[in-house]
Amino acid sequence: MPTDHDRPLLEVRELTVHHGQLCALSDVSLRVFPGEVYAIIGANGAGKSTLLRAIVGLDRPTSGSVLFDGADVTPQRTERRVAAGIGMVPEGRRLFPSLTVEENLLVGSSYARQGPWTVERVYELFGWMRERRTQRATQLSGGEQQAVAIARALVANPRLLLLDELSLGLAPVVVRRIYGLLPELLAGGVTILLVEQDVSQALRVASSIHCLLEGRTTLEGPPGDLTPERIEDAYFGLTASKDGATPHPGTPR
Amino acid sequence: MSWVNAIIQGVLLGGLYALFACGLSLMFGVMKVINLAHGDLAVVAGYVAVGVIAVTHIPTVWSFVLVVPVMAVLGYVLQRTLIQASLNRGLLTPLLVTFGLSVVIENGLLQFFSANSHSLNIGSLVSDSISVGSQISIAYLLLVIFVVAVVVLLGLQYFLSVSRQGRLIRAVADDREAAQLAGADYRHVFGIAAAIAFATVALAGIAFGMYSSFDPTIGTDQLLLFAFAAVVIGGLGSLWGTLAGGIILGVAQQIGAQINSADQILAGYLIFLLVLLIRPQGLTGARTPS
Repeated sequence: MPTDHDRPLLEVRELTVHHGQLCALSDVSLRVFPGEVYAIIGANGAGKSTLLRAIVGLDRPTSGSVLFDGADVTPQRTERRVAAGIGMVPEGRRLFPSLTVEENLLVGSSYARQGPWTVERVYELFGWMRERRTQRATQLSGGEQQAVAIARALVANPRLLLLDELSLGLAPVVVRRIYGLLPELLAGGVTILLVEQDVSQALRVASSIHCLLEGRTTLEGPPGDLTPERIEDAYFGLTASKDGATPHPGTPR
Repeated sequence: MSWVNAIIQGVLLGGLYALFACGLSLMFGVMKVINLAHGDLAVVAGYVAVGVIAVTHIPTVWSFVLVVPVMAVLGYVLQRTLIQASLNRGLLTPLLVTFGLSVVIENGLLQFFSANSHSLNIGSLVSDSISVGSQISIAYLLLVIFVVAVVVLLGLQYFLSVSRQGRLIRAVADDREAAQLAGADYRHVFGIAAAIAFATVALAGIAFGMYSSFDPTIGTDQLLLFAFAAVVIGGLGSLWGTLAGGIILGVAQQIGAQINSADQILAGYLIFLLVLLIRPQGLTGARTPS
């Protein structure tokens, strides 16, 4: 009988995604275990967002599969995967502009699973959100919008939360505050898979790092095992990694 | 005094136009579908009412109890099949598909019901009126239609702003993918929105059938254009703007008719063009999204 920690919550197997003729993601595999913070890093256009979108079903893969909690969800539509417990904070936050803050949260909880997070609980975590619940989401600052976007995903009580570029367009102090929320989320039993361009930010919070370069895996492992030089190589693809810690045939230039 | 009378008639007629227009506006607002078959669907509702009354002998004024649900179901089914399929194939396809639907409906109606005009007979109710003073008379039927239109718009407004389903409709209209990430099946939400739009067009079709006679071609020749004019004058996406647009169109037509009975339709479209020229976003419309 395998325990929870033996079995990955999410497994991506040899996933390839095309946008028209362009190959956005090539043969990417990864395993995310319950309770961890798994970070995908990479430069612009490395395929990070495509990977998250394919995991939640917004992008259709050309080949490969996505397994959630042991079940193959590759043929399922996004809303089925959400019901199974995959949540996502999309790139650019994507709040509903004509809805109020509270309505955004209520839409997020429309198909909520059982769990610790409710709109009320979110208001306890973010006092200001209750005071501004009747405002349009577009009237908030970037950092506040990001907090609402996270809250909107949380109230569905996901088991796995995909966070796409939380730091995009936010001031460093706001980014630090947003990332300061992660322990709170983990304590609620959520597993986190995040995408981040800012490598140092990712290294601070992650238990596993996965680097993409032009749609391919160039490096993966726990941050403690990776030297800054190797991460830099994998991120920019300037030189080939020579030692054997990465089994993946990257795209050395 | 006849001018006052014309304006009152115009305002009341505006309620009927708003009833036609709100479904068109809803489908465009939520699905971004410009439903060119909208007018024909109103006519279909009229013919369904004729059929329902002939078969069940239900009183004409109560025919909506059966016709509205039938049209709502038709709306859901059409949206989930034909229109949804066209939505997945680019922006122009839904326009072509609803245009095709319009042609099919018109010719189908001609085939089955001939080109003869029909009307929904409500006996003396059609000519009853309330007299105010000696020269102003308000047609009872138009007054009732106006009240129905306002009630429908109020109900729609309330449903969209307060109910869970209404909130989901607005969310899907804002951002389909983000709504999917909240677990919503946007195709189902589209279906619900279409069902509501078809229900309102059914009411409009029945009301029109009581007010005037209809034939298979009037849907595109008049009703669709009136609905478009009301939506454009009022501004897309605002239900109250649609009512205002309908009223302005109605008043313009009645004043035109007062000047010369041949100018009724022309006057309506002149106002329509004037609004397009001066305020292309409509009376209540927001800035065009860049």
